Amino acid sequence: MSYCSAKFPVVAGMADSSYILLDDVVFTRGNRRIFDGVSLSVPRGRVTAIMGPSGTGKTTLLRLIGGQLRPDSGRVRVNGHDVPSLRRKDLYRLREGMGMLFQSGALFTDLNVFENVAFPLRVHTRLPDDMIRDIVLMKLEAVGLRGARDLMPAELSGGMTRRVALARSIALDPDLILYDEPFAGQDPIAMGVLVKLIRELNATMGLTSVLVSHDVPESLSIADHACIVSDGRVIGEGTPDELRKHTSPKVRQFLNGDPDGPVPFHYPAPDAQADWGGTLGGGSRRG
Amino acid sequence: MVQRTTEIIVGLFILAGGAALLFLALQVSGLTFRSAGDTYTVYAYFNDAGGLAPRSRVSMAGVEVGQIREVALDHETFQARVVMDIAAAIDSIPADSSAIIRTSGLLGEQYIDISPGADMESLADGDTFYETQSALNIERMISNFASGQGGD
Amino acid sequence: MASSLMDGIARLGRRGLDIIASLGRAGVFLWGALVGAPRPSVGGPLLIQQIYRIGVLSLAIVIVSGLFIGMVLALQGYTILSDFGSESAIGQMIALTLLRELGPVVTALLFAGRAGSALTAEIGLMKATEQLSSMEMMGVDPLRRVMAPRLWAGFISMPVLALIFSVVGVWGGMLVGVEWLGVFEGSYWGNMQASVTFADDVLNGLVKSLVFGVACTWIAVYQGYDCVPTSAGISAATTRTVVFSSLMVLGLDFVLTAVMFGSF
Repeated sequence: MSYCSAKFPVVAGMADSSYILLDDVVFTRGNRRIFDGVSLSVPRGRVTAIMGPSGTGKTTLLRLIGGQLRPDSGRVRVNGHDVPSLRRKDLYRLREGMGMLFQSGALFTDLNVFENVAFPLRVHTRLPDDMIRDIVLMKLEAVGLRGARDLMPAELSGGMTRRVALARSIALDPDLILYDEPFAGQDPIAMGVLVKLIRELNATMGLTSVLVSHDVPESLSIADHACIVSDGRVIGEGTPDELRKHTSPKVRQFLNGDPDGPVPFHYPAPDAQADWGGTLGGGSRRG
Repeated sequence: MVQRTTEIIVGLFILAGGAALLFLALQVSGLTFRSAGDTYTVYAYFNDAGGLAPRSRVSMAGVEVGQIREVALDHETFQARVVMDIAAAIDSIPADSSAIIRTSGLLGEQYIDISPGADMESLADGDTFYETQSALNIERMISNFASGQGGD
Repeated sequence: MASSLMDGIARLGRRGLDIIASLGRAGVFLWGALVGAPRPSVGGPLLIQQIYRIGVLSLAIVIVSGLFIGMVLALQGYTILSDFGSESAIGQMIALTLLRELGPVVTALLFAGRAGSALTAEIGLMKATEQLSSMEMMGVDPLRRVMAPRLWAGFISMPVLALIFSVVGVWGGMLVGVEWLGVFEGSYWGNMQASVTFADDVLNGLVKSLVFGVACTWIAVYQGYDCVPTSAGISAATTRTVVFSSLMVLGLDFVLTAVMFGSF
């Protein structure tokens, strides 16, 4: 191992270009191959959008980056560290520098808003209470919810839940934030707020942001870099403008939202003849 | 504040557990805090130990003075060898006292009653009762009575 | 014919391996949760909070059940013992039954239904709402942060509850036996004290409830942690908690009784 256990010195050479690097990652769950050789890189200090149709394992991708899952083969490097081979302690230390915004927000339902945001600070630091209070209120102010500090998660709307969760994931001033479907199920106003927040946070805190989404316009509007995953592979990668001009029919279908095309409308199924042909004599009707 | 209240309630809960254990120890099992050094050991041999069991009481004139530690078979005499611990405070049991197995009530449990003798010397640690009287066996008594041997 | 037989055997083998694997997972889980507890300043309040929720909140049901069981024992015992003219042995009967068997066993069954199912459902829901995942991603091990305090709280609460159950039962028995049926109070306690021994009866009962506490809490917390994070999965896990805990308590009770009181 090239790092020492005290702190994480960035491994030389990896430093400047990309913060996260996936190299030929293969991952299977049960009998289903979810990733079949995915390679992509996330540039440092930028907002990267990973897009793809539902069910292509975008959340799985985030879990691979966060070390909650291990790939069957291939490499996952975050900030120069090979995530699957990290020992537990080092993995947990690496995660302290990551924030992740879950689709559901995943707030702790038995703690109020203030305590939710304070949670990572209380666990990972030994700051005195008044300092924790200042930090929490600062983070809540950043997401515009300083006034909601005493509410319980059950009392929050979906958009507010996600903003509290965002405040919680930036509580420790991470270098990297992973957003899992930040826009899904949000009304236009909440979505606008989140787009603005993600953009602002990235600019002001010098973060590297990865967002996984199937909302094309919103994602492309804030991303510096985007890639499209489909059928376990990366089918297109580049800046939003490059993607918009992409010639691949799969990329075009996804970006334009065409119902049928190279990405099939039908889930893989046995031949129609096999399902209906024999018993109903449907073959002739289909004629 | 809420945390403080919870702490106090949990503290009371644990205390209640301790108090319950104490109650079970003192009131239910009648445990008294005597250290092991406060007793001395004496032995007695019986032809029939009956239902005598370890922890049965040993008493004099109905007052508990000790308890039985072990009931085992003596391999040479084929008698029951009973080991009992007598409270050290009771240090003047005459050496010629006899140990009698009695039953508390008709169906109650059996215990040893020490019937004091007249000897000037007292039983000491490791001594043996010379005179013992075995358990009253009701079956045997009835059969004796029925065959006429019991009623002269 | 032969192939279907082979299939059956293979299926049986797979099931056996599944069971062994899940036992292994449960063992690793317990190890991961109990080794390396959080800092006392963090873990202490968490533990206290869980003892409150698992132990203190189960107190009501335990006290009420203990009272009724003690009173029923007195009534039943009195009817049987009075046939032999030895009603005075009622205290001994109640105390021994409660201390050796009913205290630990009934408390454990109540615990599985009251606290165990709640634990499973709570943890299952935390899993379903990604709270455990998000904790992991924050660099906090949910095994230590969420599971460990609950496990320890269960281990501590069960013996305390069982002790309280026995005391309340003995008291309830006295209520019926002495106050109502007219057994002489002196012989109620006297017979009890003559036959109950601290080391054999009280401590063995305590050991039983400790073992049951570990079994019930382990099952409940693990079932929650291992459940399929859907509403159907959580409900199935909750059912499994109650069923497995009850069977485990009764089975362990037989084994422990044979070891402790069996005359070998």
